[in-house]
Amino acid sequence: MRGYLFTRAWQSLLTLFLATAVVFLGIRALPGDPALALAGEDRSPEALAAIRAEYGLDQSVFVQFGRFAWNAVRGDLGTSTRTGVEVTAMLGTALPVTIELALLAILLATVLGVGAGTVAAVRRGRPAEWLANGLALIGLSVPHFWLGLVAILYLSVSTGLFPASGFVPFLDDPVANLHHIVLPVVILGTGLSAVIMRQTRSSMLDALGTDYVRTAKAKGLRPRAVIGRHALRNSLIVVVTIVGLQLGALISGAVVTEQIFGLPGFGKMTIDAVFQRDYPVIQAVVLVTATAYIGINFLVDLLYSLIDPRIRVGGAAA
Amino acid sequence: MSVLTVRDLSVVFRTETGPLSVVDKVDLSLDAGEIVGVVGESGCGKSVTAMSLTGLLPSSANVTGSAVLDGTELIGAPESVLRRVRGREVAYIFQEPMSSLNPVLTVGRQIGEVLRVHEGLKRRDARARAVELLALVGIPSPAHRVDNYPHQLSGGMRQRVMIAMAVACGPKVLVADEPTTALDVTVQAGILDVLRDLRERLGTSVLVITHDLGVIADIADRVLVMYAGRIVERAGVHDLFAAPRHHYTAGLLAASPVPGEHAGTHRLREIPGLVPVLVTQPDACTFAERCAAAEDDCRVQEPRLDPPGGSGHGAACWHPVRQRRGAAS
Ligand SMILES: Nc1ncnc2c1ncn2[C@@H]1O[C@H](COP(=O)(O)OP(=O)(O)O)[C@@H](O)[C@H]1O
Ligand code: SF4
Ligand SMILES: [Mg+2]
Repeated sequence: MRGYLFTRAWQSLLTLFLATAVVFLGIRALPGDPALALAGEDRSPEALAAIRAEYGLDQSVFVQFGRFAWNAVRGDLGTSTRTGVEVTAMLGTALPVTIELALLAILLATVLGVGAGTVAAVRRGRPAEWLANGLALIGLSVPHFWLGLVAILYLSVSTGLFPASGFVPFLDDPVANLHHIVLPVVILGTGLSAVIMRQTRSSMLDALGTDYVRTAKAKGLRPRAVIGRHALRNSLIVVVTIVGLQLGALISGAVVTEQIFGLPGFGKMTIDAVFQRDYPVIQAVVLVTATAYIGINFLVDLLYSLIDPRIRVGGAAA
Repeated sequence: MSVLTVRDLSVVFRTETGPLSVVDKVDLSLDAGEIVGVVGESGCGKSVTAMSLTGLLPSSANVTGSAVLDGTELIGAPESVLRRVRGREVAYIFQEPMSSLNPVLTVGRQIGEVLRVHEGLKRRDARARAVELLALVGIPSPAHRVDNYPHQLSGGMRQRVMIAMAVACGPKVLVADEPTTALDVTVQAGILDVLRDLRERLGTSVLVITHDLGVIADIADRVLVMYAGRIVERAGVHDLFAAPRHHYTAGLLAASPVPGEHAGTHRLREIPGLVPVLVTQPDACTFAERCAAAEDDCRVQEPRLDPPGGSGHGAACWHPVRQRRGAAS
């Protein structure tokens, strides 16, 4: 188990390094001179040269990357070329918003999705399955942004039950924080739950048809034990993958939801940086996204090995 | 004394293409401590018969007839009654020991589960009993193996785990459905030894289902021959091998082992023709299409086991084989 963890950690770091390098070089390869973008009005050769020197743009790409990587390792991601604010400070305010939104949404989606998926598989061909399938279809086909707008219209604007936009940090005021985040979480979570529900349903159906589930029934176990202990646990392996993928996508991709509900999160920060060609921020955003994906992948692998002992032993032997 | 008495057991599946008759008017009795073999080609309805006894078939199966276990009628009994019977009074061993065990739970947990649900044992006690049971079925260093996962055991070991799980609550009837089919020949004999040993020690009645006459010759006291959902012959193992009466049995035995021999590689010899898939059970001998001795009456009236309901040597055949084996050639 320890050997397995070590291998995975090492692989993760390598992947992170490669991902960062590719993006760093990719940005440098884009047409257009960043110095020009930074210079604003004064485009005299002297001014451009000064800017190049200040940002290290006169060095080779590899030196630039080395410096960026070394600074990043020390926790310095530079400053925004637009606002002059330290990028780490920007992340410090934006990330908690998105992480809270993503974690709560994925939690809701998992509970709803695994529950409804299990019911749909067990009650196959009965009303409960049709209901679950119908809801999943709606969840998959109705766009989040539209649902979000409808929710704002009816639950915020006309009734005032929930704030229509804005965010309050949890530590400042937990109640207000939850009050602000409830609507976005529900909108995002129910949408995601449809995917999880369908995956759970199909892997549950597979599991229910296996020989070991037949054995479990033949032992005289109650349906609850047959389903929960024997079938569900095996089908979770696939579900964990889906949840992991979605969580990764949420960290970078809650953009639309954040925009609609006016949440000052990571998605909004990304959009702004891209529109304003704020290179240090874009680089940081990519670095954080890659780290999130890799970290989540690592967690997913850990969960696999907790659920499935065959993976555990295979890794230890390697 | 009969532990299990099955009368007129029939199973019809509702399928998308209409009803499918899979088991037809099966009679069967199992005495205490007896090992009865059910033999027949793949697809003849052996597993469905076994599963129907404790209501383990999917809801598309319509099961009729009677199966009385120690005075309790099982066919049509409520789920709550059947759940108490399963694993405690009637236990199963299946063909594929790998896929029949849950890959994500330790074998100790899977054995302990039966004890916890039926005998209310605490986790710790269930584990201790699991170790004893592993020892009982001949698994070396059971205290260590109890924490293994199925993939860490060999095929033969896994089947021993299945057996340990099945006998955990001391069932009256053990149904072994192709218990050795997936295993190496050398391992097969060991598994059959375990079954025989359990019968001696615990007095368990065993229903061995197989398509392998070698297994029957090795372990069964009595034999039921099944063809296309019907029992076509019933006999003591020596009578069956010495003087088969049904032409299907005679065909099966044409290249067969001798009773009492250890299970070898004797598998069913091919009989020309196919096992019919029946929509309804005809009033005729279902073997007539493949039978060299068939006459007109075989196709217009169904032969029944003679004598019906008894346990003596009987065959469902209008023109039974008269010769003893070996006498003709
Ligand atoms: N759930 C089911 N639905 C329809 N037909 C089935 C079902 N289960 C088994 N059968 C059919 O019943 C027949 C007997 O199957 P089975 O009892 O498994 O044979 P075997 O003698 O090899 O154990 C086969 O033709 C099989 O296709
Ligand atoms: S009843 Fe007729 S067809 Fe059937 S096995 Fe006997 S002789 Fe052959
Ligand atoms: Mg079978």
